[in-house]
Amino acid sequence: MRHLKLIPSDTKIPFIKFRHIAVGVSILLIVASAVLTMMRGLNFGIDFEGGILLEVATDGPADIGGLRTRLGSLGLGEVQIQEFGEANDVLIRVQTPDEGGNDASQAVINKIKAALGEGVEYRRVEVVGPQVSGELIQSGVTAVILAIVLMLIYIWFRFEWQFSLGSVLALVHDVALTIGVFSFLQLDFSLQTIAAILTIIGYSMNDTVVVYDRIRENLRKYKRMDLGELVDLSINETLSRTVMTSGTTLLALFSLYIFGGEVLRDFTFAMIFGILVGTYSSIFIASPLLLYIGVKRDWSGTGDAKVQQAKG
Amino acid sequence: MLHFERWKIILVALVCFAGFAYSAPNFFPKDSLADMPAGLPDKQVNLGLDLRGGSYLLLEVDIDAVMKDRLQSLVGDIRKALRDEGIRYTGLGVKGDVATVRVTDAAQLDTAMQQIRDLSTLVNGGGFSTTPTRDIEVSNQGNLISVAVTDAARLSRQRSAMQQSIEIVRRRIDALGTTEPVIQQQGADRILVQVPGLKDPENLKNLVDQTAKLTFRLVNNSANAQQAMQAGSVPAGSEILYMQDNDQQPVLVERQVMVGGDHLTDAQPGFDSRTGEPVVNFQFDSTGSRLFGDVTRNNVNRPFAIVLDGKVISAPVIREPITGGQGQISGNFTVAEANNLAILLRAGALPAPLDILEERTVGPSLGADSVAAGEIASLIGFAAVIVFMALIYGFFGVLANVALIINVALIMGVLSLLQATLTLPGIAGIVLTIGMAVDANVLIYERIREELKAGKSVIAALEAGYSRALSTILDANITTLIAAIVLFQLGSGPVRGFAVTLAIGVVTSVFTAFTVNRVFVATWYQRRRPKTLNL
Repeated sequence: MRHLKLIPSDTKIPFIKFRHIAVGVSILLIVASAVLTMMRGLNFGIDFEGGILLEVATDGPADIGGLRTRLGSLGLGEVQIQEFGEANDVLIRVQTPDEGGNDASQAVINKIKAALGEGVEYRRVEVVGPQVSGELIQSGVTAVILAIVLMLIYIWFRFEWQFSLGSVLALVHDVALTIGVFSFLQLDFSLQTIAAILTIIGYSMNDTVVVYDRIRENLRKYKRMDLGELVDLSINETLSRTVMTSGTTLLALFSLYIFGGEVLRDFTFAMIFGILVGTYSSIFIASPLLLYIGVKRDWSGTGDAKVQQAKG
Repeated sequence: MLHFERWKIILVALVCFAGFAYSAPNFFPKDSLADMPAGLPDKQVNLGLDLRGGSYLLLEVDIDAVMKDRLQSLVGDIRKALRDEGIRYTGLGVKGDVATVRVTDAAQLDTAMQQIRDLSTLVNGGGFSTTPTRDIEVSNQGNLISVAVTDAARLSRQRSAMQQSIEIVRRRIDALGTTEPVIQQQGADRILVQVPGLKDPENLKNLVDQTAKLTFRLVNNSANAQQAMQAGSVPAGSEILYMQDNDQQPVLVERQVMVGGDHLTDAQPGFDSRTGEPVVNFQFDSTGSRLFGDVTRNNVNRPFAIVLDGKVISAPVIREPITGGQGQISGNFTVAEANNLAILLRAGALPAPLDILEERTVGPSLGADSVAAGEIASLIGFAAVIVFMALIYGFFGVLANVALIINVALIMGVLSLLQATLTLPGIAGIVLTIGMAVDANVLIYERIREELKAGKSVIAALEAGYSRALSTILDANITTLIAAIVLFQLGSGPVRGFAVTLAIGVVTSVFTAFTVNRVFVATWYQRRRPKTLNL
């Protein structure tokens, strides 16, 4: 029986040749993401901005215009209303009142409930006060930075600082582009997005480590080979695995995106995007960066190498 | 790599079997599990609030209010102490977070300071110190005495206010009769409340965010409330309060509390025997009964206000002395309101107001929809990955798929055993794990392919495939594990559930993809001894 092959066995794609273009394009995209995020901002969910969110199921298809006029006249400030997945499912979002604290938020919810009347079902009610949203922003940013720093340390410990730097730059690239696409599409940026970003960090690192492992192995094997050639060889040797794993992961994620329900959609989208970018970055960014940074060629006498051999 | 001792194979088989055994209860209806013979696994995965519906509340105890109360009562104590000693003073009151008083006669300053110092009590020192310290600190600038509450006292107040609040919130929620509510302290001044499966989450909020401080006070008949308010001349010792069911109607109530809610021993909802309207019947303890008897005896024909959290519930006129210590509160209640009030009164008053910082409520229908969507997405994702692996690696793909099925069973088994909470993002974590778990097998298989191509024999290629891939597999999975651990620290609720399944999935997938799969391949190789490998 012959098996399906996604990638022919003996690819000799000259990835390194594209490195200037790839790095150039990536820098451009990072800058674009940064500018976009600053100019257009992120569509923060109530996790990070505070606010009141109600998911409401109406009997028939929801009359969004009618809802807007009814709720707009309550004097609650800006009222956002959008369809959520189904025609009879509506998300209503308003700000928490500046003053009056908790009672005021509850009063707003009661006003909305009174305005909507009977015959609607409250599927979800979320209130995040300004204090909590401030803390969530802080812990979200801390978590992303902490994850990147831990990766830096781990790779430094397992490889060399050059690898560590290369992989972390690739991570920063992935995170920046993911944030950029959230700004571009104005997707809901919430705690779930941070979770997705951390997953992307883990996944992208995973991908990069596999290629780096092969580069290190080849550095020991081919002591005289030109570094560019060696990196190319390593990427090609692992390419089949890289594509396979991205493939199965994407299969699972697409299933989640399509069938997993509206609540998870932006979360899954972030991960799908991140895995595509992460796969790209471990091939086109993380490995070629080693050429810019330079790596130690002699791996034979180090303690690390001995440990590796003993294990193998 | 391909040689296994018999006991190792048995151990691996046992672990896999345990995975299936502990995940099995999840495939049976919950009711049927009660009849299971003792000793068999009967725990199901603990579904998060986002999957089964329920309320999550993050409450903050208003410690500043506690301290303000403390300063107010301190002012009262100082007034009494100075009066008793015949010391003249001016400007006694609270300024910021200290109580201040100016002694008129400098000669009496030392006595005054001593009197105030005598008011202090000992509290446990804060932090690691166990030596008792004073709860107030008295200092002076000339004749001006300032009294501050010490940090140790503040801490000890905060601690006891927290404990008391948690206890009272627990009593109130228990009265709802829900199953498995979680009520726990978070940080120094926060309480986390998670109540699954509520039909009316709104009612939960009504129950926890009321202080429920009940007082019985006389209505001041000497002036008309409306006029006193308009003239701005509220008689000393009285205050204007509003009716609970009508916030336009003022009542002039004396400040002095005749009987407090802390003397209640019971409160039950009921109906008035004459009008049939919902009421709350209450019972005082012996001190309360005596106080209540005295007040009602001495004030027949005066209205007696029942005040809850600064609002007058009702102010009935005392017809006759009530000596039995039993009474009735009526106030245009609905049945539900009477019920709630009875619960609140039975549970007692909170030492300080609670603020709701965060609320997340999921209705049962959304939870059920999420479970259904999660199940479908998992099954389809699972099927897609299995078909894909079989197409790419043939027989070896099937072996990897068996390992994957064991992996999912292990994840469910570990979740059930640890009683970890499965949330919607947690399901996403499982689906993601399914996609990523085959990575280890992909790494191994690709390596075997390479070794075969390099001209190695089948056994040598298999050996090299497993051994060379190991360090890569470990490195690759440790990075994901690091991300999951950071995520666990960050998140609460749903997001934390994602971190949990991701972390469990990383560990179990290394076990199934590397060890379980290797046992399969080794057994297969020893039976068949193939000369070539179709990989």
